[in-house]
Amino acid sequence: MDAAITVSGLVVDRGRRRVLHGLGFAVPPGQVTGLLGPSGSGKTTLMRTLVGVQQVRSGEVTVLGEPAGSPGLRARVGYVTQAPSVYADLTVRENARYFASLYGLTSREADAAVADVGLTGAAGQLVNDLSGGQRGRVSLACALVGGPEVLVLDEPTVGLDPVLRVELWELFHALARAGTTLVVSSHVMDEAARCDRLLLLRDGDLLAHSTPAQLRADGRSPDLEEAFLTLVRAREEVAA
Amino acid sequence: MTAARERRSTIHVSPRLTAATAGRVLRQLRHDHRTIAMLLVLPSLLLGLLYLLWKDVPTLPGQASVFDRVGLTMLGIFPFVVMFLVTSIAMLRERTSGTLERLLTTPLARLDLLLGYGLAFGLAAASQALVTVGIATTVYGLDVTGSIALVVLIAVADAVLGVALGLLASAFARTEFQAVQFMPVIVLPQFFLCGLLVPVDRMDGWLQAISNVLPLTYAVEALQEVGWSATATATMWTDVAVVAGAAVLALALAAATLRRRTS
Ligand SMILES: Nc1ncnc2c1ncn2[C@@H]1O[C@H](COP(=O)(O)OP(=O)(O)O)[C@@H](O)[C@H]1O
Ligand SMILES: [Mg+2]
Repeated sequence: MDAAITVSGLVVDRGRRRVLHGLGFAVPPGQVTGLLGPSGSGKTTLMRTLVGVQQVRSGEVTVLGEPAGSPGLRARVGYVTQAPSVYADLTVRENARYFASLYGLTSREADAAVADVGLTGAAGQLVNDLSGGQRGRVSLACALVGGPEVLVLDEPTVGLDPVLRVELWELFHALARAGTTLVVSSHVMDEAARCDRLLLLRDGDLLAHSTPAQLRADGRSPDLEEAFLTLVRAREEVAA
Repeated sequence: MTAARERRSTIHVSPRLTAATAGRVLRQLRHDHRTIAMLLVLPSLLLGLLYLLWKDVPTLPGQASVFDRVGLTMLGIFPFVVMFLVTSIAMLRERTSGTLERLLTTPLARLDLLLGYGLAFGLAAASQALVTVGIATTVYGLDVTGSIALVVLIAVADAVLGVALGLLASAFARTEFQAVQFMPVIVLPQFFLCGLLVPVDRMDGWLQAISNVLPLTYAVEALQEVGWSATATATMWTDVAVVAGAAVLALALAAATLRRRTS
Protein backbone atom coordinates (compact mmCIF):
# COMPACT_ATOMS: atom_id res chain seq x y z
CA MET A 1 0.00 0.00 0.00
CA ASP A 2 1.14 3.58 -0.62
CA ALA A 3 2.60 5.44 2.32
CA ALA A 4 0.31 7.91 4.08
CA ILE A 5 3.21 10.26 4.74
CA THR A 6 6.55 10.52 2.97
CA VAL A 7 9.31 12.83 4.08
CA SER A 8 12.57 13.32 2.23
CA GLY A 9 15.54 15.58 2.82
CA LEU A 10 13.64 17.59 5.42
CA VAL A 11 15.71 20.41 6.87
CA VAL A 12 14.18 22.85 9.36
CA ASP A 13 15.81 25.84 11.04
CA ARG A 14 14.28 27.54 14.06
CA GLY A 15 15.83 30.85 15.00
CA ARG A 16 19.48 30.48 14.05
CA ARG A 17 19.58 26.80 14.96
CA ARG A 18 19.20 23.84 12.65
CA VAL A 19 16.58 21.67 14.33
CA LEU A 20 15.96 18.91 11.76
CA HIS A 21 18.94 17.72 9.72
CA GLY A 22 17.64 16.20 6.49
CA LEU A 23 15.10 13.63 7.66
CA GLY A 24 13.66 11.00 5.34
CA PHE A 25 11.10 8.31 6.12
CA ALA A 26 7.70 6.95 5.15
CA VAL A 27 4.72 6.30 7.40
CA PRO A 28 2.44 3.40 6.41
CA PRO A 29 -1.31 3.97 6.52
CA GLY A 30 -3.60 2.47 9.13
CA GLN A 31 -0.89 2.06 11.76
CA VAL A 32 0.25 3.78 14.92
CA THR A 33 3.70 5.23 14.31
CA GLY A 34 5.47 6.39 17.44
CA LEU A 35 7.78 9.39 17.25
CA LEU A 36 10.13 8.83 20.17
CA GLY A 37 12.92 11.03 21.34
CA PRO A 38 14.11 13.05 24.30
CA SER A 39 12.80 16.52 24.98
CA GLY A 40 14.27 19.00 22.49
CA SER A 41 15.00 16.35 19.85
CA GLY A 42 12.63 17.98 17.34
CA LYS A 43 9.40 15.97 17.69
CA THR A 44 7.11 18.97 17.87
CA THR A 45 8.94 20.67 15.00
CA LEU A 46 8.51 17.57 12.83
CA MET A 47 4.82 17.33 13.68
CA ARG A 48 4.29 21.00 12.87
CA THR A 49 5.87 20.28 9.52
CA LEU A 50 3.48 17.39 8.88
CA VAL A 51 0.45 19.62 9.44
CA GLY A 52 1.91 22.50 7.44
CA VAL A 53 2.41 25.23 10.04
CA GLN A 54 6.22 25.05 10.18
CA GLN A 55 8.46 27.01 7.83
CA VAL A 56 10.73 24.55 6.10
CA ARG A 57 14.27 25.20 4.88
CA SER A 58 14.28 22.43 2.29
CA GLY A 59 12.94 18.98 1.60
CA GLU A 60 9.62 17.46 0.69
CA VAL A 61 6.77 16.42 2.93
CA THR A 62 3.84 14.64 1.29
CA VAL A 63 0.70 13.70 3.19
CA LEU A 64 -2.00 11.61 1.52
CA GLY A 65 -0.41 12.41 -1.84
CA GLU A 66 -0.45 16.20 -1.41
CA PRO A 67 2.16 18.66 -0.10
CA ALA A 68 1.79 19.01 3.67
CA GLY A 69 -0.50 21.87 4.63
CA SER A 70 -2.39 22.00 1.30
CA PRO A 71 -5.92 23.38 1.69
CA GLY A 72 -7.29 20.04 0.48
CA LEU A 73 -5.65 18.31 3.44
CA ARG A 74 -7.09 20.51 6.15
CA ALA A 75 -10.26 18.48 6.52
CA ARG A 76 -8.32 15.19 6.31
CA VAL A 77 -5.50 15.77 8.80
CA GLY A 78 -6.07 16.31 12.52
CA TYR A 79 -3.49 17.85 14.85
CA VAL A 80 -3.33 17.83 18.63
CA THR A 81 -0.70 20.24 19.92
CA GLN A 82 1.53 19.38 22.86
CA ALA A 83 -0.10 21.92 25.19
CA PRO A 84 -3.90 21.55 25.09
CA SER A 85 -5.15 24.10 22.56
CA VAL A 86 -8.81 24.57 23.36
CA TYR A 87 -10.83 27.50 24.65
CA ALA A 88 -10.60 27.52 28.45
CA ASP A 89 -13.60 29.85 28.69
CA LEU A 90 -15.93 27.46 26.84
CA THR A 91 -17.40 24.19 28.04
CA VAL A 92 -16.13 20.84 26.77
CA ARG A 93 -19.21 20.47 24.59
CA GLU A 94 -18.96 24.01 23.18
CA ASN A 95 -15.34 23.40 22.20
CA ALA A 96 -16.18 20.14 20.44
CA ARG A 97 -19.15 21.70 18.66
CA TYR A 98 -17.12 24.64 17.39
CA PHE A 99 -14.44 22.39 15.92
CA ALA A 100 -17.15 20.08 14.52
CA SER A 101 -18.70 23.05 12.74
CA LEU A 102 -15.36 23.86 11.10
CA TYR A 103 -15.51 20.44 9.43
CA GLY A 104 -19.15 20.92 8.46
CA LEU A 105 -20.31 18.47 11.12
CA THR A 106 -23.10 18.70 13.67
CA SER A 107 -23.43 18.51 17.43
CA ARG A 108 -24.11 14.76 17.13
CA GLU A 109 -20.54 14.11 15.92
CA ALA A 110 -19.24 16.56 18.55
CA ASP A 111 -20.96 14.68 21.37
CA ALA A 112 -19.64 11.38 20.00
CA ALA A 113 -16.06 12.69 20.06
CA VAL A 114 -16.51 13.87 23.65
CA ALA A 115 -17.75 10.38 24.52
CA ASP A 116 -14.77 8.79 22.72
CA VAL A 117 -12.34 10.49 25.09
CA GLY A 118 -14.47 9.62 28.12
CA LEU A 119 -15.59 13.12 28.97
CA THR A 120 -19.36 12.85 28.57
CA GLY A 121 -19.75 13.36 32.32
CA ALA A 122 -17.85 16.65 32.12
CA ALA A 123 -19.36 17.87 28.84
CA GLY A 124 -21.08 20.86 30.46
CA GLN A 125 -18.04 21.98 32.45
CA LEU A 126 -15.81 24.89 31.53
CA VAL A 127 -12.41 23.66 30.31
CA ASN A 128 -10.88 26.11 32.79
CA ASP A 129 -12.27 24.01 35.65
CA LEU A 130 -10.81 20.72 34.39
CA SER A 131 -7.58 18.96 35.33
CA GLY A 132 -4.60 19.07 32.97
CA GLY A 133 -5.23 15.52 31.81
CA GLN A 134 -8.87 16.26 31.08
CA ARG A 135 -7.93 19.34 29.08
CA GLY A 136 -5.62 17.23 26.98
CA ARG A 137 -8.51 14.90 26.23
CA VAL A 138 -10.76 17.81 25.24
CA SER A 139 -8.01 18.87 22.86
CA LEU A 140 -7.93 15.33 21.48
CA ALA A 141 -11.72 15.25 21.08
CA CYS A 142 -11.57 18.45 19.03
CA ALA A 143 -9.24 16.72 16.55
CA LEU A 144 -11.13 13.40 16.53
CA VAL A 145 -14.38 15.14 15.74
CA GLY A 146 -13.45 15.77 12.11
CA GLY A 147 -12.83 12.06 11.53
CA PRO A 148 -9.38 12.72 10.06
CA GLU A 149 -7.58 10.16 7.91
CA VAL A 150 -4.25 11.21 9.43
CA LEU A 151 -4.04 12.10 13.10
CA VAL A 152 -0.91 13.82 14.44
CA LEU A 153 -0.76 13.72 18.24
CA ASP A 154 1.99 15.51 20.15
CA GLU A 155 2.61 13.78 23.51
CA PRO A 156 -1.08 13.03 24.11
CA THR A 157 -0.57 10.80 27.13
CA VAL A 158 1.79 12.96 29.20
CA GLY A 159 0.62 13.36 32.78
CA LEU A 160 -2.27 10.93 32.49
CA ASP A 161 -2.95 8.28 35.07
CA PRO A 162 -1.97 4.78 33.90
CA VAL A 163 -5.53 3.55 33.46
CA LEU A 164 -6.44 6.45 31.22
CA ARG A 165 -3.23 6.06 29.31
CA VAL A 166 -4.07 2.45 28.48
CA GLU A 167 -7.56 3.50 27.44
CA LEU A 168 -6.19 6.13 25.09
CA TRP A 169 -3.77 3.66 23.52
CA GLU A 170 -6.71 1.31 22.97
CA LEU A 171 -8.54 4.19 21.30
CA PHE A 172 -5.54 4.89 19.05
CA HIS A 173 -5.37 1.24 17.96
CA ALA A 174 -9.11 1.12 17.37
CA LEU A 175 -8.76 4.18 15.12
CA ALA A 176 -5.85 2.55 13.28
CA ARG A 177 -7.87 -0.64 12.72
CA ALA A 178 -10.60 1.56 11.23
CA GLY A 179 -8.00 2.90 8.77
CA THR A 180 -6.69 6.07 10.45
CA THR A 181 -2.97 6.75 10.20
CA LEU A 182 -1.64 7.94 13.56
CA VAL A 183 1.64 9.63 14.39
CA VAL A 184 2.02 9.82 18.16
CA SER A 185 5.00 11.43 19.87
CA SER A 186 6.34 10.63 23.30
CA HIS A 187 9.51 11.25 25.25
CA VAL A 188 9.10 8.15 27.42
CA MET A 189 10.39 4.95 25.90
CA ASP A 190 7.91 2.69 27.69
CA GLU A 191 5.26 3.93 25.27
CA ALA A 192 7.31 2.72 22.34
CA ALA A 193 6.15 -0.85 22.92
CA ARG A 194 2.57 0.20 22.18
CA CYS A 195 3.36 1.45 18.69
CA ASP A 196 3.26 -0.52 15.46
CA ARG A 197 6.27 1.34 14.12
CA LEU A 198 8.87 3.63 15.64
CA LEU A 199 10.75 6.70 14.54
CA LEU A 200 13.57 7.46 16.94
CA LEU A 201 14.68 11.05 16.89
CA ARG A 202 17.75 12.46 18.58
CA ASP A 203 19.06 16.01 18.17
CA GLY A 204 17.14 16.37 14.93
CA ASP A 205 18.50 13.20 13.37
CA LEU A 206 16.56 10.03 12.68
CA LEU A 207 18.31 7.36 14.72
CA ALA A 208 16.12 4.47 13.68
CA HIS A 209 12.99 3.74 11.73
CA SER A 210 11.74 0.31 12.63
CA THR A 211 9.31 -1.75 14.69
CA PRO A 212 9.56 -2.45 18.42
CA ALA A 213 10.59 -6.05 17.67
CA GLN A 214 13.30 -4.92 15.25
CA LEU A 215 14.59 -2.35 17.72
CA ARG A 216 14.92 -5.00 20.44
CA ALA A 217 16.85 -7.20 18.00
CA ASP A 218 19.11 -4.39 16.77
CA GLY A 219 19.78 -3.10 20.27
CA ARG A 220 20.21 -6.64 21.63
CA SER A 221 17.89 -6.03 24.59
CA PRO A 222 14.29 -6.92 25.43
CA ASP A 223 14.04 -3.51 27.06
CA LEU A 224 13.35 -0.79 24.48
CA GLU A 225 15.05 1.95 26.49
CA GLU A 226 18.13 -0.24 26.81
CA ALA A 227 18.03 -1.04 23.10
CA PHE A 228 17.71 2.65 22.27
CA LEU A 229 20.78 3.46 24.39
CA THR A 230 22.77 0.75 22.67
CA LEU A 231 21.90 2.27 19.31
CA VAL A 232 22.86 5.76 20.48
CA ARG A 233 26.23 4.51 21.74
CA ALA A 234 26.89 2.56 18.57
CA ARG A 235 26.13 5.69 16.54
CA GLU A 236 28.45 7.80 18.69
CA GLU A 237 31.29 5.30 18.34
CA VAL A 238 30.90 5.44 14.58
CA ALA A 239 30.99 9.22 14.70
CA ALA A 240 34.05 9.32 16.98
CA MET B 1 1.08 26.25 -6.99
CA THR B 2 1.35 26.26 -3.22
CA ALA B 3 1.46 30.04 -3.12
CA ALA B 4 -1.61 30.25 -5.35
CA ARG B 5 -3.48 27.79 -3.14
CA GLU B 6 -2.44 29.66 -0.06
CA ARG B 7 -3.77 32.88 -1.56
CA ARG B 8 -7.04 31.29 -2.61
CA SER B 9 -7.63 29.98 0.88
CA THR B 10 -7.18 33.49 2.27
CA ILE B 11 -9.58 35.06 -0.13
CA HIS B 12 -12.06 32.24 0.01
CA VAL B 13 -14.56 33.17 2.70
CA SER B 14 -17.20 30.81 3.97
CA PRO B 15 -20.23 32.54 5.55
CA ARG B 16 -20.89 29.32 7.46
CA LEU B 17 -17.43 29.19 9.04
CA THR B 18 -17.44 32.94 9.69
CA ALA B 19 -20.79 32.62 11.49
CA ALA B 20 -19.59 29.57 13.45
CA THR B 21 -16.55 31.54 14.60
CA ALA B 22 -18.61 34.59 15.54
CA GLY B 23 -20.91 32.29 17.52
CA ARG B 24 -17.95 30.80 19.33
CA VAL B 25 -16.54 34.24 20.24
CA LEU B 26 -19.96 35.35 21.55
CA ARG B 27 -20.27 32.12 23.56
CA GLN B 28 -16.88 32.85 25.16
CA LEU B 29 -18.18 36.30 26.01
CA ARG B 30 -21.39 34.87 27.46
CA HIS B 31 -19.43 32.86 30.03
CA ASP B 32 -17.76 36.06 31.20
CA HIS B 33 -20.61 37.86 32.98
CA ARG B 34 -18.54 40.66 34.38
CA THR B 35 -17.17 41.59 30.97
CA ILE B 36 -20.70 41.66 29.55
CA ALA B 37 -21.89 43.86 32.39
CA MET B 38 -18.98 46.26 31.94
CA LEU B 39 -19.42 46.29 28.18
CA LEU B 40 -23.06 47.24 28.52
CA VAL B 41 -23.08 49.77 31.37
CA LEU B 42 -19.60 51.26 31.63
CA PRO B 43 -20.00 53.77 28.75
CA SER B 44 -23.32 54.92 30.23
CA LEU B 45 -21.73 55.47 33.64
CA LEU B 46 -18.83 57.43 32.17
CA LEU B 47 -21.24 59.49 30.12
CA GLY B 48 -23.13 60.17 33.36
CA LEU B 49 -19.97 61.58 34.84
CA LEU B 50 -19.62 63.98 31.91
CA TYR B 51 -23.30 64.92 32.27
CA LEU B 52 -22.82 65.84 35.93
CA LEU B 53 -19.61 67.69 35.11
CA TRP B 54 -21.28 70.08 32.62
CA LYS B 55 -24.84 70.06 33.99
CA ASP B 56 -24.66 73.63 35.33
CA VAL B 57 -22.47 75.19 32.65
CA PRO B 58 -24.60 77.80 30.85
CA THR B 59 -25.12 77.34 27.10
CA LEU B 60 -25.18 80.27 24.66
CA PRO B 61 -28.52 80.51 22.87
CA GLY B 62 -28.50 78.82 19.48
CA GLN B 63 -25.47 76.65 20.35
CA ALA B 64 -25.23 73.01 21.35
CA SER B 65 -24.40 72.53 25.01
CA VAL B 66 -20.94 71.17 25.88
CA PHE B 67 -22.47 67.88 26.98
CA ASP B 68 -24.45 67.52 23.75
CA ARG B 69 -21.29 68.06 21.73
CA VAL B 70 -18.85 65.95 23.77
CA GLY B 71 -21.36 63.31 24.84
CA LEU B 72 -22.38 62.62 21.26
CA THR B 73 -18.74 62.28 20.19
CA MET B 74 -18.03 59.90 23.06
CA LEU B 75 -20.76 57.61 21.70
CA GLY B 76 -18.37 56.96 18.81
CA ILE B 77 -15.17 56.84 20.82
CA PHE B 78 -16.23 54.34 23.52
CA PRO B 79 -16.95 51.44 21.15
CA PHE B 80 -13.75 52.15 19.20
CA VAL B 81 -11.53 52.05 22.29
CA VAL B 82 -13.28 49.18 24.05
CA MET B 83 -13.43 46.92 21.00
CA PHE B 84 -9.82 47.66 20.09
CA LEU B 85 -8.68 46.51 23.53
CA VAL B 86 -10.99 43.51 23.79
CA THR B 87 -10.06 42.26 20.34
CA SER B 88 -6.32 42.67 20.62
CA ILE B 89 -6.34 40.73 23.90
CA ALA B 90 -8.67 38.04 22.52
CA MET B 91 -6.52 37.53 19.43
CA LEU B 92 -3.35 37.48 21.48
CA ARG B 93 -4.86 34.76 23.68
CA GLU B 94 -5.75 32.85 20.53
CA ARG B 95 -2.09 33.04 19.57
CA THR B 96 -0.51 32.17 22.93
CA SER B 97 -2.94 29.36 23.80
CA GLY B 98 -2.12 27.50 20.58
CA THR B 99 -5.70 27.61 19.34
CA LEU B 100 -4.64 29.85 16.45
CA GLU B 101 -2.04 27.33 15.30
CA ARG B 102 -4.65 24.63 15.50
CA LEU B 103 -7.28 26.66 13.64
CA LEU B 104 -4.78 27.19 10.83
CA THR B 105 -4.68 23.40 10.32
CA THR B 106 -8.49 23.22 9.91
CA PRO B 107 -10.60 24.26 6.89
CA LEU B 108 -11.15 27.70 8.49
CA ALA B 109 -9.72 30.41 6.21
CA ARG B 110 -7.79 33.22 7.87
CA LEU B 111 -10.31 35.80 6.73
CA ASP B 112 -13.14 33.67 8.17
CA LEU B 113 -11.48 33.94 11.55
CA LEU B 114 -10.98 37.71 11.31
CA LEU B 115 -14.48 38.36 9.98
CA GLY B 116 -15.87 36.12 12.71
CA TYR B 117 -14.28 38.40 15.29
CA GLY B 118 -15.56 41.49 13.45
CA LEU B 119 -19.09 40.09 13.37
CA ALA B 120 -19.12 38.98 17.02
CA PHE B 121 -17.72 42.19 18.47
CA GLY B 122 -19.75 44.27 16.01
CA LEU B 123 -22.90 42.69 17.48
CA ALA B 124 -21.61 43.26 21.01
CA ALA B 125 -20.96 46.90 20.07
CA ALA B 126 -24.48 47.26 18.69
CA SER B 127 -25.93 46.14 22.05
CA GLN B 128 -23.57 48.50 23.84
CA ALA B 129 -24.54 51.39 21.59
CA LEU B 130 -28.28 50.75 22.05
CA VAL B 131 -27.94 50.84 25.84
CA THR B 132 -25.65 53.88 25.86
CA VAL B 133 -27.66 55.91 23.36
CA GLY B 134 -30.89 54.96 25.13
CA ILE B 135 -29.66 56.12 28.52
CA ALA B 136 -27.92 59.22 27.12
CA THR B 137 -31.03 60.50 25.38
CA THR B 138 -33.47 59.71 28.18
CA VAL B 139 -31.66 59.97 31.53
CA TYR B 140 -29.06 62.60 30.55
CA GLY B 141 -31.27 64.43 28.04
CA LEU B 142 -28.64 64.30 25.28
CA ASP B 143 -29.99 66.30 22.36
CA VAL B 144 -29.51 64.76 18.90
CA THR B 145 -31.17 66.51 15.96
CA GLY B 146 -30.74 63.57 13.56
CA SER B 147 -31.79 59.96 13.81
CA ILE B 148 -30.80 57.81 16.79
CA ALA B 149 -30.51 54.83 14.44
CA LEU B 150 -27.72 56.64 12.58
CA VAL B 151 -25.87 57.24 15.85
CA VAL B 152 -26.02 53.49 16.55
CA LEU B 153 -24.88 52.73 12.99
CA ILE B 154 -21.86 55.03 13.34
CA ALA B 155 -21.05 53.55 16.76
CA VAL B 156 -21.06 50.05 15.24
CA ALA B 157 -18.85 51.20 12.34
CA ASP B 158 -16.41 52.64 14.91
CA ALA B 159 -16.49 49.39 16.85
CA VAL B 160 -15.70 47.36 13.74
CA LEU B 161 -12.83 49.73 13.00
CA GLY B 162 -11.58 49.15 16.56
CA VAL B 163 -11.87 45.37 16.06
CA ALA B 164 -9.98 45.47 12.77
CA LEU B 165 -7.17 47.63 14.19
CA GLY B 166 -7.05 45.41 17.28
CA LEU B 167 -6.63 42.31 15.13
CA LEU B 168 -3.88 44.03 13.19
CA ALA B 169 -2.11 45.34 16.30
CA SER B 170 -2.15 41.92 17.97
CA ALA B 171 0.09 40.61 15.19
CA PHE B 172 2.84 42.87 16.51
CA ALA B 173 2.42 42.02 20.18
CA ARG B 174 4.09 39.03 21.75
CA THR B 175 2.78 39.57 25.27
CA GLU B 176 -0.34 40.99 26.86
CA PHE B 177 1.72 43.86 28.30
CA GLN B 178 2.69 44.84 24.76
CA ALA B 179 -0.87 44.42 23.45
CA VAL B 180 -2.28 46.71 26.15
CA GLN B 181 0.28 49.39 25.30
CA PHE B 182 -0.79 49.46 21.68
CA MET B 183 -3.99 51.04 22.97
CA PRO B 184 -2.47 54.46 23.77
CA VAL B 185 -0.31 54.25 20.62
CA ILE B 186 -3.23 53.64 18.26
CA VAL B 187 -6.06 55.31 20.13
CA LEU B 188 -4.77 58.44 21.88
CA PRO B 189 -3.31 60.29 18.83
CA GLN B 190 -6.57 59.67 16.98
CA PHE B 191 -8.50 60.97 19.99
CA PHE B 192 -6.36 64.11 20.33
CA LEU B 193 -6.59 64.96 16.65
CA CYS B 194 -10.17 63.85 15.88
CA GLY B 195 -11.63 67.35 16.21
CA LEU B 196 -13.20 67.03 19.63
CA LEU B 197 -10.54 68.87 21.64
CA VAL B 198 -9.80 71.44 18.92
CA PRO B 199 -11.85 71.69 15.70
CA VAL B 200 -9.84 70.33 12.80
CA ASP B 201 -9.94 73.59 10.84
CA ARG B 202 -8.29 75.44 13.73
CA MET B 203 -5.29 73.09 13.91
CA ASP B 204 -1.86 73.78 12.37
CA GLY B 205 -1.67 72.68 8.76
CA TRP B 206 0.53 69.68 9.41
CA LEU B 207 -1.69 68.53 12.27
CA GLN B 208 -4.69 68.89 9.98
CA ALA B 209 -2.91 66.72 7.43
CA ILE B 210 -2.38 64.01 10.05
CA SER B 211 -5.92 64.36 11.33
CA ASN B 212 -7.22 63.91 7.80
CA VAL B 213 -5.66 60.48 7.41
CA LEU B 214 -6.84 59.20 10.80
CA PRO B 215 -10.15 57.31 10.56
CA LEU B 216 -11.50 58.43 13.95
CA THR B 217 -11.65 62.01 12.60
CA TYR B 218 -14.31 60.86 10.12
CA ALA B 219 -16.24 58.97 12.78
CA VAL B 220 -16.42 62.10 14.91
CA GLU B 221 -17.42 64.27 11.95
CA ALA B 222 -20.19 61.79 11.07
CA LEU B 223 -21.59 62.04 14.61
CA GLN B 224 -21.39 65.85 14.52
CA GLU B 225 -23.38 65.81 11.27
CA VAL B 226 -26.10 63.70 12.90
CA GLY B 227 -25.94 66.09 15.86
CA TRP B 228 -27.03 69.16 13.86
CA SER B 229 -28.90 67.82 10.82
CA ALA B 230 -32.36 66.26 11.01
CA THR B 231 -31.70 64.29 7.82
CA ALA B 232 -28.64 62.26 6.90
CA THR B 233 -26.12 64.47 5.09
CA ALA B 234 -23.88 63.45 2.21
CA THR B 235 -20.85 64.32 4.36
CA MET B 236 -22.06 61.87 6.99
CA TRP B 237 -22.36 59.03 4.47
CA THR B 238 -18.92 59.80 3.09
CA ASP B 239 -17.54 59.73 6.64
CA VAL B 240 -19.19 56.38 7.35
CA ALA B 241 -17.78 55.01 4.11
CA VAL B 242 -14.28 56.20 5.06
CA VAL B 243 -14.54 54.51 8.48
CA ALA B 244 -15.82 51.28 6.90
CA GLY B 245 -13.11 51.44 4.23
CA ALA B 246 -10.42 51.88 6.89
CA ALA B 247 -11.83 48.86 8.73
CA VAL B 248 -11.71 46.73 5.57
CA LEU B 249 -8.14 47.87 4.88
CA ALA B 250 -7.07 47.01 8.44
CA LEU B 251 -8.73 43.58 8.15
CA ALA B 252 -6.94 42.90 4.88
CA LEU B 253 -3.62 43.90 6.47
CA ALA B 254 -4.38 41.72 9.49
CA ALA B 255 -5.06 38.76 7.18
CA ALA B 256 -1.81 39.43 5.34
CA THR B 257 0.22 39.54 8.56
CA LEU B 258 -1.37 36.34 9.87
CA ARG B 259 1.08 33.73 8.59
CA ARG B 260 0.02 30.12 8.42
CA ARG B 261 3.59 28.86 8.52
CA THR B 262 5.77 30.24 11.29
CA SER B 263 9.37 29.59 12.15
N1 LIG C 1 9.97 28.84 18.45
C1 LIG C 1 11.24 28.39 18.48
N2 LIG C 1 12.26 29.17 18.12
C2 LIG C 1 13.53 28.73 18.13
N3 LIG C 1 13.87 27.48 18.49
C3 LIG C 1 12.91 26.65 18.86
C4 LIG C 1 11.54 27.04 18.87
N4 LIG C 1 10.79 26.00 19.29
C5 LIG C 1 11.66 25.00 19.52
N5 LIG C 1 12.93 25.38 19.26
C6 LIG C 1 14.13 24.54 19.39
O1 LIG C 1 14.01 23.48 18.47
C7 LIG C 1 14.50 22.28 19.05
C8 LIG C 1 13.45 21.18 18.92
O2 LIG C 1 12.33 21.55 19.66
P1 LIG C 1 11.00 20.71 19.66
O3 LIG C 1 10.64 20.40 18.25
O4 LIG C 1 10.00 21.44 20.46
O5 LIG C 1 11.47 19.37 20.40
P2 LIG C 1 10.60 18.29 21.18
O6 LIG C 1 9.18 18.45 20.79
O7 LIG C 1 11.20 16.98 20.76
O8 LIG C 1 10.81 18.56 22.65
C9 LIG C 1 14.85 22.60 20.49
O9 LIG C 1 16.25 22.73 20.57
C10 LIG C 1 14.18 23.91 20.77
O10 LIG C 1 14.95 24.67 21.64
MG1 LIG D 1 7.57 18.78 21.91
